[in-house]
Amino acid sequence: MNSPRVQTDWASPVMQARVRSRYAKERRFRFMGFAALALAGAFLLFLLGTIFANGYTGFLRTEVKLAVEYDPFTLGIDSSALAGPGGENALNTANFQGVMTAAANARAQTLGIAAKDLVSDGAWLALREAVRTDPGLIGKRVDVWVPTSGDFDLLGKGLIDRAVPEANRPVSDTEVAAFDTLKSDGAVRTTLNTTFLTMADSTSPELAGIWGAAKGSLLTLIVTLLLCFPIGVMTAIYLEEYAPKNRFTDMIEVSINNLAAVPSIIFGLLGLAVFLNFFGMPRSAPIVGGLTLALMTLPVIVIAGRIAIKSVPPSIRDAALGVGASQIQVVFHHVLPLALPGILTGTIIGMARALGETAPLLMIGMRAFVTDVPGGLTTPATVLPVQIFLWSDEVARGFVEKTSAAIIVLLVFLMLMNGLAIYLRNKFEKRW
Amino acid sequence: MSAAALILALLGLAVAAYLAARARAAAFAGRTFANAADRISSIHSRPAYHGWYVALWALVPALILVLAWSVVGESIVADRTIASLPAESQPQTTLDRQAFLTEVRGVVSGQLAGAFNPAADAAVPIYRSIKTQWSLVIAGLAALLAMSGGGFAWLRVRPHFRARPRVERFIMIVLILSSLVAILTTFGIVLSLIYESVEFFRRVSPIEFLFGTNWSPQTAIRADQVGSSGAFGAVPLFWGTIFIGAIIAMIVAIPLGLMSAIYLTQYAKPKARKIMKPMLEVLAGVPTVVYGYFAALTVAPAVREFALSIGISNASSESALAAGVVMGIMIIPFVSSMADDSITAVPAAMRDGSLAMGATTSETIKRVLIPAALPGIVGGVLLAVSRAIGETMIVVMAAGLAANLTANPFQSVTTVTAQIVQLLTGDQEFDSAKTLSAFALGLVLFAVTLCLNIYALAVVKRYREAYE
Repeated sequence: MNSPRVQTDWASPVMQARVRSRYAKERRFRFMGFAALALAGAFLLFLLGTIFANGYTGFLRTEVKLAVEYDPFTLGIDSSALAGPGGENALNTANFQGVMTAAANARAQTLGIAAKDLVSDGAWLALREAVRTDPGLIGKRVDVWVPTSGDFDLLGKGLIDRAVPEANRPVSDTEVAAFDTLKSDGAVRTTLNTTFLTMADSTSPELAGIWGAAKGSLLTLIVTLLLCFPIGVMTAIYLEEYAPKNRFTDMIEVSINNLAAVPSIIFGLLGLAVFLNFFGMPRSAPIVGGLTLALMTLPVIVIAGRIAIKSVPPSIRDAALGVGASQIQVVFHHVLPLALPGILTGTIIGMARALGETAPLLMIGMRAFVTDVPGGLTTPATVLPVQIFLWSDEVARGFVEKTSAAIIVLLVFLMLMNGLAIYLRNKFEKRW
Repeated sequence: MSAAALILALLGLAVAAYLAARARAAAFAGRTFANAADRISSIHSRPAYHGWYVALWALVPALILVLAWSVVGESIVADRTIASLPAESQPQTTLDRQAFLTEVRGVVSGQLAGAFNPAADAAVPIYRSIKTQWSLVIAGLAALLAMSGGGFAWLRVRPHFRARPRVERFIMIVLILSSLVAILTTFGIVLSLIYESVEFFRRVSPIEFLFGTNWSPQTAIRADQVGSSGAFGAVPLFWGTIFIGAIIAMIVAIPLGLMSAIYLTQYAKPKARKIMKPMLEVLAGVPTVVYGYFAALTVAPAVREFALSIGISNASSESALAAGVVMGIMIIPFVSSMADDSITAVPAAMRDGSLAMGATTSETIKRVLIPAALPGIVGGVLLAVSRAIGETMIVVMAAGLAANLTANPFQSVTTVTAQIVQLLTGDQEFDSAKTLSAFALGLVLFAVTLCLNIYALAVVKRYREAYE
């Protein structure tokens, strides 16, 4: 039994080297773990940095100062027509395009470029708004700031590399020279792009806006919330508090767990086959988008709701039952109010996911080109992520910054929603 | 009267019924007993339950009628309108009928100034009068239902009427009905996918679909068209999906996710964890369309440059590598959180035992924790694969649409999800083999992800039970 044992000589160089190598391995492994996290963090920073660097100029636009003559003859109206009851109508039929073209042509000729390269196709809208606020302008000659063409916009933001040979550049040398002349005259400025924040999609990047898509997202999310919040909460209550242990309950639980893992595009196929083709609902409408997203978000809310309800301690239920409350009263008067913060947090997280979802909405036709801000639940609309997808496909150079700017808008909304969820969790979370 | 106005009126009526019945029940209590305690016990249910009982009877039957009308009403009015037209001006085909009705409805709702079709113009007043007629009938019926329902319930309000159990039974039924929605959705998915896929397999044999290697869904419209063979061999799609989602993405996501989880659970100090965990959550919260845009705009050109610089001349600007790498990064938080759960579930005694024997932390992790947590980690990875192959936007935007059967990561491949989007967003008649094939692809995707999920969840569950 007592076999002679050789004492390990820990101080010997061999053992010392072994220990050192083991510790080195330990440090390497630890560093690898840190490197993995750092890499993920670096990627996130790079992603957000790229988007922001590309996108912040999307909120700005370049304007050029033009001397505009509000000639009543070209416009076809005078200030007296605007004052009358048909003023709005007269304003909408007035030929502001003609006035704009005249002013742009005059200025473009002195610079040696075409008028369409100088001002945006929609620049006349600025004139109409100016007259709407001040009808006295008619017949006068004033300096007006109007949006420039897409190429000049990019020049103004420094997004066109002037070192590139002329043939490979969207703007010619003459145009660059013209732009520099304007700039030295102080006739170019960069301002906040209100069009981007208040209008809907357009074929020209300088006229495209995000508000139409944002409102489409809002309408869609309202439908989603109205449907999946009550249904989700009631399902969670039933499963957690009342459901008997039987095959039927198992079936519900299995379906919910599976639905939570079904790829989102499958919900799009369901929406297309059932809502559009079977029930004949309108394409591209927020109500169909909301229905589809509601089915997708439902499992998230049910699972979050069940966890929140489960975390309410049984003593609360026992106490309520003890003073004579019925089963329904126990849940609706005591358990549900206590579980509500948790359910709300889960709901907001589910809604944030629905806000970022693209694929199912493509299936039900929400990729339509919509130039109006949607007015109701059945009018064609698009949503923020789909707008991003559509703009990313555009060839015009000006849409790159618009896409990134739209992503910034989407991320801001997501951050607000998640921030609200975290705030609710921290404020109302109870540890029993 | 529009459905919305009718519903509002019904709601108003229900509120009135609630208040009236509650007051009546309260009066019962007050009339017979002077003593407050006796007052409450003199009626079976609290006054509010009587109120709810009457309100529900007044509201629910009428509401069901109005909702049913708002679903089928339009088509009834349309049928009546067309039936009342003279035979020669009735639209013949279904398509004609639809165009006709769209015009009539446009004029009636005021969106169109006038119809192009004179017959439709003539039908407008008929449509309007029939619609008004029917709306009045429905409004009258709803009022009758509300009154009779409310009246019936009102007569039953007595001191000893058991209102609470009845109201509670109603609540219970609503709860059960709402939990049916999940089952209905599942059935809806399965049935719609199977129904459309069967239509597709009537035209294309399943053998060709599952084992054919040529994918070119563009069917010829004219007989002499070139390059529109209409071949539906989906193997290149399956390969592309596996290549991007299960191979390239996992090569990125497994090591990074696993090492992140190990660092977070074993090494990071609480303070560092507080920063690093939310960072991973942000990464998980970024919408996929943003990843897709980033992959297409930034990563794909970089990958192409890299391929050209190492001498691969046919590198395409849409590559499997760009899509796969970005998808892998998207999956990192998912793998990390699954691995995190599995590693923390390993009993502390095993870890402490190993450390007490003199093993370093990394030796403990590699020889004790990982082997013990392996089933959980594998289950998590399978779930991650199922999520990756169902991911759509990244591959739509960055992987391209060319159905290549290639193992070269610098070439463009396409995936099941990208093809579904491509097939269903063009202008195509719904019943063509091309659009139906999207549902067959959806069915395969659904079946595969379902199997992966069920298997993975079973593995994870068994693993958890082993340590509990």
